[in-house]
Amino acid sequence: MAVSESAPAIAADLTQDQLRSMYRDMVLGRLLDDRILVLNRQGRAPFAISGQGHEAAQVGVGYALRRGYDWLVPYYRDLTLVMVMGMEPRDHLMASLGRAQDPNSGARQMPGHYGSRAHNIVTTGSPVATQILHAVGVATAFKYRGEDKVVVTSVGEGGTSEGDWHEGLNWAAVHRLPVIFLVENNSYAISVPQSRQMAVAHVADRGPGYGMPSATVDGGDCLAVFAAAREAVERARRGDGPTLLEAVCMRLQSHSSDDDQRRYRSPDDLAQMREHDPLERFRRQLEGVGVLAEGDADTIRKDCQRVIEAAQAEADAAAPPDPATALRHVYQEG
Amino acid sequence: MAQITYVEAIRGALEEEMRRDDRVLVMGEDVGAKGGVFGATAGLFSEFGEERVIDTPLAEAAIVGVSIGCALAGLRPVAEIQFLDFIPPAMDQIINEAAKIRYRSNGDWSCPMVIRAPCGGGVHVHGALYHSQSLEALFAHVPGLKVVIPSTPADAKGLLLSAIRDPDPVCFFEHKALYRSLREEVPEGEHLVPIGKSRIARAGDDLSCITYGATVHEALAAAERLGQDGIDVEVLDLRTVRPLDREAIIATARKTGKVLVCHEANLAVGVGAEVAAIVAEECFQQLDAPVMRLGGPEVPAIPFAEPLAEVYCLGPEKIEAKLRQLAAY
Ligand SMILES: Cc1ncc(C[n+]2csc(CCOP(=O)(O)OP(=O)(O)O)c2C)c(N)n1
Ligand SMILES: [Mg+2]
Repeated sequence: MAVSESAPAIAADLTQDQLRSMYRDMVLGRLLDDRILVLNRQGRAPFAISGQGHEAAQVGVGYALRRGYDWLVPYYRDLTLVMVMGMEPRDHLMASLGRAQDPNSGARQMPGHYGSRAHNIVTTGSPVATQILHAVGVATAFKYRGEDKVVVTSVGEGGTSEGDWHEGLNWAAVHRLPVIFLVENNSYAISVPQSRQMAVAHVADRGPGYGMPSATVDGGDCLAVFAAAREAVERARRGDGPTLLEAVCMRLQSHSSDDDQRRYRSPDDLAQMREHDPLERFRRQLEGVGVLAEGDADTIRKDCQRVIEAAQAEADAAAPPDPATALRHVYQEG
Repeated sequence: MAQITYVEAIRGALEEEMRRDDRVLVMGEDVGAKGGVFGATAGLFSEFGEERVIDTPLAEAAIVGVSIGCALAGLRPVAEIQFLDFIPPAMDQIINEAAKIRYRSNGDWSCPMVIRAPCGGGVHVHGALYHSQSLEALFAHVPGLKVVIPSTPADAKGLLLSAIRDPDPVCFFEHKALYRSLREEVPEGEHLVPIGKSRIARAGDDLSCITYGATVHEALAAAERLGQDGIDVEVLDLRTVRPLDREAIIATARKTGKVLVCHEANLAVGVGAEVAAIVAEECFQQLDAPVMRLGGPEVPAIPFAEPLAEVYCLGPEKIEAKLRQLAAY
């Protein structure tokens, strides 16, 4: 957690508006995530996969990127991060309700499989860690064309056991590519704890093995993540190669709507985790330095709720996909 | 027009396309200074440099996965897998990623890339179990992929140019026994052979032999022998095994009424089964004999020692015998 101490210093060179906007993005992600879980329990959203507890890390990384310029190859917990990149609550609700307007896939994929060309978010599938190699390829293209863009790709700590992850880090280091390998470490891969995935204490311990700078940061500390991510982005942009960035997060909800983490995590563990909710931490931090005045958090919350209500109304009214489209887009048409 | 070999045709196609389109780059194991273990990329490294002819780490999933990323970001990568036998680590990237990118994004993203790999063996190739497999059926099963297997130098060039320009992922399998054994005139410059269109390698009226890859040449040799006895065999070279040229398959079957499908790959659940099914479904009324098939036996691959390899491989004799059986039906 080396970087977390630098948080106040960083706060100094983010504007108050930026800090408020970071907080708002976290709240929007959380409330939307909550809404989707409700829709799932109501039997309206057949599947939900939650990113609660990862918001601070995702906002920290997202704000270190140039929106509309840099690229993201995300994974299924990145609801908040893809919104920082430009997606909207309505996009997620369209996907959750299986509407034709799901911009990720036209309701072909399960929700949480993000992708949007318009926002430089690469399409993703279900196999864990395959996306890592795509990010390396995207970075290869940036370097080949002499562009100073960077690409972030994310995965859970469980996903770092996959061969594709290792192959990707090795390749990116050999070719000094502008990639940031973000690992959102929430200690569990469904039910399997980190100790059964790796024999090192931190994913970032592996950085030296690839010849790559690496850092472990407190993923509940938005500004610490921002600082570490900004350093990694600057390194990549100036041509000094990849970074392995591990953000220690918490998985506040079960793995997915088909899981119940009370079956394999103790009540103490779950209760303790909730006490360190990153949203609350950031709110207190911002109130402490006067960026949020009394009542601001409440106003932001209500504003986000309104956005979500409007988005849901739109998604409720939206049409399901036309069966005639099911056979399209296997190959280029025409 | 120059007389060139199959591997020279491939090398030339890569070179021409890289000169024409700076989005094209090549990556794989030993493709750089060495020019590939079969020489298919010889000279490209010195002309185009290490950023465009990339010697990759020894990691097949990465070769394909990184190529996918390049394609997503607007390049036209040509990935070389050193031997088709070593493609299984990349199957996840090919089947779950490359093949599904367009469909899963509802047409928002596409994955224009080529995966080249030497395939196949033979009695005198001595590639044994892990340097001789014909795995095309694994890929031909997957919607989203195209699978091309040229049998001549001119087709190798024309189909490779089409593959590189194709907007979707193309598996391009090159039979290693053909690399240096054939030499023919190959048109210089723009020579495009369309993917999905077969070629009548030999016209005939009595029997149809539908095949592809190196087996085309064995079928032609067998057809010559039958021709001496007045049995006129049509040899259809599929060139592409996904998508199959249904029209041409149906046309030759209806024309002759007797069809043999043969390939070097294992027979069971192979490409031949699909061709036979098309013929059975579409040409039942016109058939004068059951569709016959020839392919690899129920062993994993071609063994090393020649007496063992003989058992696996087809060769003109086995094809001739089967064609005679079909003629006599
Ligand atoms: C290749 C592959 N194997 C198994 C799965 C099923 N699966 C989906 S997520 C998951 C756990 C991933 O854990 P982690 O990487 O730590 O990410 P987290 O879900 O904790 O964010 C598993 C086993 C899969 N999607 N892909
Ligand atoms: Mg995890």
